[in-house]
Amino acid sequence: MIFLAAIGRVFIAFLQATGRIALFTAVSLSHCVRPPWYPQLIARQMLDIGYFSLPVVGLTALFTGMVLALQSYTGFARFSAEGSVATVVVLSVTRELGPVIAGLMVAGRIGASMAAEIGTMRVTEQIDALTTLSTNPFKYLIAPRLLAGFTMLPLLVIVADIIGVFGGYLVGVHKLNFNPAAYLKRTFDYLEFVDVFSGLVKAAAFGFLISLMGCYHGYHSEGGAQGVGRATTDAVVSASILILIFNYGITEIFFATR
Amino acid sequence: MSANPKISIHGLGKSFGPKVVLDGLDLDVAVGESVVVIGGSGTGKSVLLKCVLGLLAPESGSIKVDGQEVVGADTETREKVNRKFGMLFQGAALFDSLTVWENVGFGLIRAQGVSRGDARRIALENLAAVGLGADVAALYPAELSGGMKKRVALARAIATKPEIIFFDEPTTGLDPIMSDVINDLIVKCVHELGATALSITHDMASARKIAHRIAMLHHGKIIWSGPVAAIDRSANPFVDQFIHGRAEGPIQMQVRA
Repeated sequence: MIFLAAIGRVFIAFLQATGRIALFTAVSLSHCVRPPWYPQLIARQMLDIGYFSLPVVGLTALFTGMVLALQSYTGFARFSAEGSVATVVVLSVTRELGPVIAGLMVAGRIGASMAAEIGTMRVTEQIDALTTLSTNPFKYLIAPRLLAGFTMLPLLVIVADIIGVFGGYLVGVHKLNFNPAAYLKRTFDYLEFVDVFSGLVKAAAFGFLISLMGCYHGYHSEGGAQGVGRATTDAVVSASILILIFNYGITEIFFATR
Repeated sequence: MSANPKISIHGLGKSFGPKVVLDGLDLDVAVGESVVVIGGSGTGKSVLLKCVLGLLAPESGSIKVDGQEVVGADTETREKVNRKFGMLFQGAALFDSLTVWENVGFGLIRAQGVSRGDARRIALENLAAVGLGADVAALYPAELSGGMKKRVALARAIATKPEIIFFDEPTTGLDPIMSDVINDLIVKCVHELGATALSITHDMASARKIAHRIAMLHHGKIIWSGPVAAIDRSANPFVDQFIHGRAEGPIQMQVRA
């Protein structure tokens, strides 16, 4: 019985957390679509998420594209399909690795900093102070972050796609001795609009999830420095897990019937 | 006691799980009056303030501000009532990401739609009123000492010219001299604004200085209330123990929560 009770407790806690997150999301969204907006705050978040994540996302995308070319070449050589390297690289990067790698990197960078900042504001009563100064914290803190995450991740992923494909090209041409023109032709011959588009839809969803988890865990943090630390960890872990789950879901929606 | 109190609290109840913090609390604050609620740590003084401010939702009872019920009020009513409030937080709660003058002008810019130029001018006036010069205005809160933070927080609380100001342990964490400076500033600011003030503290020196009337909170109820002058002859053993800071007496401190 104790064992069953333990399972029940975990299950109830899970349902409670799900309900709280759903409510939090609903309230946040209602503030995203209702004026007043704070353009200055949205712009600052956009700069933080979009521009300052470029080095980290660019570097990871570059090496992902490079290793992808190298791996698929050595793998495909076993059945004489080396010619497909360019196609494999571009499809993997645009559909899958661009959004997922960018998403995970931004989750670590931005999700953590959002949770830490909002969490610190919570435990030092700054969020209460906002309310007493007639400013809704959802409007002032959370809506700008959600909007910025939702819009900036697709832009980041476009950059990641280009750099990732370029990484594959570098390895293909300079190390594996492909003809540059042939490699590029192979890259674009089989690329369809939906490949890139599905990746951008994923990116928008991931950006929203990252901001949502950062804000949610920060907003509900309690108990001083330790609580803020826990909020930061929870934000990154939950965002990463949700990214991988949603990644599968969106892939299934786009490609399962093809 | 005036017929129409500024704040009227009746039968306020709030518990956290099995722990009853406020247990049918009654308190009226008249227009222009300064009431200080005293009580030991963990007796629910902060909870009382947060209920009035709408940061916590009480389970029972009523809180009326200018006759308007705020318990269970919708967001719009709440925000309208909150515009009458100014609050000095225990830890100052200044916004780290904003400069001192932006902190002071925050309510003016966000809630009252004052332009940044005007807000800056008003912020500087308010900083001057708490004894801080224009050189402080461009600093960030992290660069200030504890006493200066409290002064900035006080300037922010009075900048919107609130009708009601709340003070949450205004002197906690300050040395006795700085405490007295803050107390003087509070008395001066409240007097100049003609505001109604509700404070909570366990610092008796502070309470004696800023209060017209003192109310003692114990076990979730106001067990004694009277003018400042009467506190030394309250004939209430709880009040006597508290104001003299004795470990022995009817109040048993819970060492373990």
